[in-house]
Amino acid sequence: MAQHTLPPLPYAYDALEPIISKQIMELHHQKHHQTYINNLNAALAAQTTATNSNDVPSLINLQQKLRFNGGGHINHSLFWKNLTPPGTPGNDIGGAPALREAIVSRWGSHEAFVKAFGAELLGLQGSGWGWLVSKGGAKGRLEIQTTKDQDPVNSPDVPIFGVDMWEHAYYLQYLNNKAGYVEGIWKIINWAEAEKRYTAGVENPLKL
Amino acid sequence: MAALLNNSARVALRSGVSATSKAGAAGLTFARGKATLPDLSFDYGALEPSISGKIMEIHHKNHHNTYVTNYNNSIVQLEEAQHQGNIAAQIALKPAINFNGGGHLNHTLFWENLAPKSAGGGEPPSGALSKAIDTTYGGFGEFQSKMNAALASIQGSGWAWLVKDKQTGQISIRTYANQDPVVGQFEPLLGIDAWEHAYYLEYQNRKVEYFSAIWDVINWKTVEKRFS
Repeated sequence: MAQHTLPPLPYAYDALEPIISKQIMELHHQKHHQTYINNLNAALAAQTTATNSNDVPSLINLQQKLRFNGGGHINHSLFWKNLTPPGTPGNDIGGAPALREAIVSRWGSHEAFVKAFGAELLGLQGSGWGWLVSKGGAKGRLEIQTTKDQDPVNSPDVPIFGVDMWEHAYYLQYLNNKAGYVEGIWKIINWAEAEKRYTAGVENPLKL
Repeated sequence: MAALLNNSARVALRSGVSATSKAGAAGLTFARGKATLPDLSFDYGALEPSISGKIMEIHHKNHHNTYVTNYNNSIVQLEEAQHQGNIAAQIALKPAINFNGGGHLNHTLFWENLAPKSAGGGEPPSGALSKAIDTTYGGFGEFQSKMNAALASIQGSGWAWLVKDKQTGQISIRTYANQDPVVGQFEPLLGIDAWEHAYYLEYQNRKVEYFSAIWDVINWKTVEKRFS
């Protein structure tokens, strides 16, 4: 069976500085993301064994591991791509005309959206993710959504961009000041990628 | 640095979450003791090398204190909602009270079940608790392995606890998500914080090393007291 492997970052480890430090990016990508992939591969192998022996209790037991580690792999894969180094063309919201219009029509203004998104993220209790989601498919109704731990955004909803709110995503740099991290994230959101996802949906991010 | 961070004065009275209600002049007002951040009984640096002084300082002064502040804010809002007879608002406050009140309780218990090596940290339990651990787990080492496995299995933020069942008196290991406190059927004996903020500055993604090192600073005297 094909193994899932760590997707390379679309930029250098230090490219998101000063918003996200090189050290965080290295650990986050090489260690945390890699561990989800390792555990996903292990869970998938165990699932194959259990399927072949028709071991239903084991199959059921594996579901949570698949959800957590598969979700971790999906979420991080989406996250790396929906970030871009500060000041690059992708970071210009002008490159996301359809999405910007939809945001303004939903929240009244871009600023109001940014405020609402930040409040939702900071209200998260424990580990999880904040997402801008297009409900039901591409060009759907926009919603701000949080998912706990590594729960992914479920199809047919489209994750336009995600922000990792696990402490490992910011702690070495921001410590308990997660508001500082949430504020900074706008300087590295990849609006070009967001526009693509909003207008065309997301292909399976884990296609082997 | 340690001298600057000296925080060893232990307050005799922890106000905790104790509440006192008094009938006011109109019979409606409600005076309440606010939850406050308890002092640690040791210096921030005293748990090194198991837990760094920097982690302890931020964990106590910032994280724990934020739970205290937000808990007090939630209670003010709850009192307003009660005063107005607004049931929906009271129910809506439940998650915030659970999270922040839980965070306050959990951390308060956590600090108390830690101790520097020089103050007996890491010295294994004795007496009835030791017996209960042997009976339940087949030995202290086996118990530690099981507790470490439970800690490592937490998906996201949370805590692992050694608890006592109030009905049967039996001990068991349970994990709790986020800041869910040990309440109801179980009594907390020993808690270990598995949130990333509890170890990340020192151990990063190597959380297993943190789970292994923390046994050197567990205050089993406190745990024994809770058990008996």
